[in-house]
Amino acid sequence: MRRVVGSNYATSHAVMRARVEVIAAYPITPQTQMVEHIAKFINDGIMDCEYINVESEHSAISAVIASQAAGVRSFTSTASQGLALMHELLFSAGGLRLPIVMGVVNRSVGSTGGIWVEYNDSMPQRDCGWLQMYVETNQEVHDMILQAYKIAEDKRVLLPIMICSDGFILSHTVEPVELAEQEEVDEFLPKYEARHSYLDPKDPIASGIVTPREYRQEFAYQIHRAMLEAKDVIGEVNRDFADKFGRDHSGLIETEFVEDAEVILLTLGTVTSTARGVVRELRKKGKKAGLVKVRAFRPYPAERIAEVCKDARAVGVYDRSVSFGVGGPHYLEVRNALFDSDVPVIDFIGGLGGRDVAEADVRSMYDVLLEAAKSGKAKRNIEWVNTRGVVLG
Amino acid sequence: MRLKLKDLPEENIFSSGHTACAGCGAAMAIRNIAKVLGKEIIIYVPASCLSVFNGLFPSCAWTVPYHHTVFENTGAAISGLSRAMKRKGLDNVTVVGIAGDGGTADIGLQALSGAAERNEDVIYICYDNEAYMNTGVQRSGATPHGASTTTTPVGKLTKGKQDFKKDIPLIMMAHSVPYVATASVSFPLDLINKVKKAKETKGFRYLQVYAPCVPGWGYEQSKTVELGKLAVECGMWFLLECENGRLKINREPKMNNLETYLKMQGRFRHMDEKQIAELQESIERKWEFYKGYAELTQRLYGGSEASV
Repeated sequence: MRRVVGSNYATSHAVMRARVEVIAAYPITPQTQMVEHIAKFINDGIMDCEYINVESEHSAISAVIASQAAGVRSFTSTASQGLALMHELLFSAGGLRLPIVMGVVNRSVGSTGGIWVEYNDSMPQRDCGWLQMYVETNQEVHDMILQAYKIAEDKRVLLPIMICSDGFILSHTVEPVELAEQEEVDEFLPKYEARHSYLDPKDPIASGIVTPREYRQEFAYQIHRAMLEAKDVIGEVNRDFADKFGRDHSGLIETEFVEDAEVILLTLGTVTSTARGVVRELRKKGKKAGLVKVRAFRPYPAERIAEVCKDARAVGVYDRSVSFGVGGPHYLEVRNALFDSDVPVIDFIGGLGGRDVAEADVRSMYDVLLEAAKSGKAKRNIEWVNTRGVVLG
Repeated sequence: MRLKLKDLPEENIFSSGHTACAGCGAAMAIRNIAKVLGKEIIIYVPASCLSVFNGLFPSCAWTVPYHHTVFENTGAAISGLSRAMKRKGLDNVTVVGIAGDGGTADIGLQALSGAAERNEDVIYICYDNEAYMNTGVQRSGATPHGASTTTTPVGKLTKGKQDFKKDIPLIMMAHSVPYVATASVSFPLDLINKVKKAKETKGFRYLQVYAPCVPGWGYEQSKTVELGKLAVECGMWFLLECENGRLKINREPKMNNLETYLKMQGRFRHMDEKQIAELQESIERKWEFYKGYAELTQRLYGGSEASV
């Protein structure tokens, strides 16, 4: 069924189709419509689900950790301060290997921020044992919620996953979305069978018992291993999904014009759409520009990035968040992926607090990259795009 | 039918091998509570003494499913467990959270209030040892007036806690949940029958159990039960029960011997006459309040007797 909807509706609809059985969520701009849509689905009798109207995000994540630990497919969603409030529990979800799916509608956190998109809510959560994927369109949000359960519940993974979408740019912008039918989702995503975590008096287990120092390290090592395995699973699930639904989102990364590219820009989220236009325009002008849309931030597809960028003469990284005094979190990942390459890698920090990243901004990033490719070195490694008092390049 | 102690099964649900201190009021209470609850339960324990003394991986003293994540989320976690049981069609399974007084009165109050307001189908038990004992005796909202803790020490300027004990049972009654009760490890018949009643009730049930702490309170480990009896006699603890809004006082306190109770414990030993008088006055006010509250609620909600 094709409908013109925002990402909050697309997510809610996919959650209904995934036959999620327990949802606990708390409203926060720009995610609020999601809790409203789900409440309406349930009250209209088209969704059969336990819905816990909790009194905070901390309780939302606590409740879904408990319900998922009890062996029931669970969902929550949040943004910004709400995700920060959940932080403490994110480690429990990862540590207990619970395949919870969370919709994160990205929004800046903290003072001197407002209600608009920035990745300083989700990116600081990178070490909690959650997979993180970033999307570009409302269709992709919808499709990734369905894929997310299949990725997270795969026995090689068994880790929670966040599907991150740009606040307002996706949540409050409607576009045509193909909403999956129940029968096709049922064929793609089987009913969840809890095999490792369930709370059943007939077969008692202790979930989350305090672990002394003699044992902690092996648990952590297994999470690391699962995160590495998830790279294959993300690709496999993407192919399964493409076979079933006819929409291919390319797994870990998606590329445009990278084969002979001299300069490559790596983006995340909706800025990719803007960059697509710019890179096509540059190609028409004969500039060898390429684009990589990075979809997975955890696990980070370092090997794929290294392979794609191996012949480039300059690599740019778009960052919508900052690790102060160092650079963007995404930049650090790319530097790590390209650690044995001497190609200039330049970080472009921009769009913070929801500032628009226009075509002109992306063009200026490519200009800097083309210059670096020519000279063989970066003037600066960390560039602040469209920032008062800062001149690019 | 009222339970007798001999009705309890021999087998422990909370088994031996746990690592609580000798004389631990919480461990004694929990052992009996678990026997009444039986095997068709799921236990959630937040950070607390219990989360440590119930065993560390790979050991566990619970013979029933057990879940633990953090400190302040008991109300939310048991909500999630209860809803999951509903989805699985396991309506016979009782979801029980057991938290300490810090995890209940302070850091966990918000999640507790939320779960109560939603009338989640769970039992919430607070074992009240009147301070943060797991971290080594710091004051909590449930610490009584005058008690010395490591954060309300006896010093030159002040001696012990200057504030008064937060009345969580009363806060829970204000949530209009089906069942709120207080009990004590020293009154096991009263305790087990309240647990039985809680188990047989649907909706949100709250039980706060007086549980002396040997190292935290500074008394002889053989005196746990005696101390609990004195507490109820002197009015430092009331045995109450509030069913569907009607408050009942289960045991009339004598309101005497406060000083005997205080002098048995290291935490109160510094208290002078003035401080004791303040404390006495506060518990007398509390007693008058509860008597009045019982009469009022019996009148409002109906019921046979205001006290037993």
